[in-house]
Amino acid sequence: MLAIAFYIMAAVTVLSGAMVITSRNPVHSVLFLILAFFSAAGLFVLMGAEFLAMLLVVVYVGAVAVLFLFVVMMLDVDFVKLRQGFANYLPIGAVVGVLLLTELIMIAIAIADRGAAAGQSPQVYGPEMSNIEAIGRVLYTDYVYLFQASGLVLLVAMIGAIVLTLQHRVHVKRQDIHTQVTRRRKNAVEIVQVKTGEGIQE
Amino acid sequence: MTIGLAHYLVVSAILFTIGVFGIFVNRRNIIIILMSIELILLAVNINFVAFSTHLHNVQGQIMAMFVLTVAAAEAAVGLAILVTFFRNRGDIEVDDASMMKG
Repeated sequence: MLAIAFYIMAAVTVLSGAMVITSRNPVHSVLFLILAFFSAAGLFVLMGAEFLAMLLVVVYVGAVAVLFLFVVMMLDVDFVKLRQGFANYLPIGAVVGVLLLTELIMIAIAIADRGAAAGQSPQVYGPEMSNIEAIGRVLYTDYVYLFQASGLVLLVAMIGAIVLTLQHRVHVKRQDIHTQVTRRRKNAVEIVQVKTGEGIQE
Repeated sequence: MTIGLAHYLVVSAILFTIGVFGIFVNRRNIIIILMSIELILLAVNINFVAFSTHLHNVQGQIMAMFVLTVAAAEAAVGLAILVTFFRNRGDIEVDDASMMKG
């Protein structure tokens, strides 16, 4: 049963990953990316990392993929033109890909055979110590500085994104608080003596 | 048939290779390049979690969380740069993106 679930999730992950880079429409690419993240989250659940699986769904599917979708739909780009050269780089990409895949699989099999984790079964979390509790016990003690630093990374990324995309329009009136506050009576009001029956001229 | 560490590592290796291959073949389309980077980081995360759970040590999952954080930040800044680039040039062809040079 576990094996069937694993093979389904793995196949969906790999196939949708392949569709991400080969589909013609970038909106389809983003949707396949979401599918890949979902099935990877399923793989995480199979391994017993429930918290990370939920985090993957929330962060990637909820934020990153939607951000991608937003940008793809917002930019008016001729994607057909961008696909030119797909065939040019195909041979070198295939050669590098096959070499990389062979090496990685050989390393993976060797590690799984003789590495430190050889013959181990995945950790099973029981009711006395759940996965999220185990993570929290380590994250807020040993890794608390790194945790704060990752918050800083997110802050810097947020400020950077705002700075990059904020644009000052020239002909838009904005509230200028400094001139508003420093405005005095003599700049605003003028007293004119008006003669009777004549009115005011400029 | 039991599913062991090797199975997860192979899935992660295939996903990593797909990401690298995607960067190779979609040289012009920076949106697909960013998505390929996300795929690569996902492969790294699968690797981290597989080792973490098979070594019965939760620190790999902590590292995967940090990778997730950095990936989110990278996607946000990358897409912001992309939007700025599109505003300045009118397309996102990055083959000859040398306008920031000196």
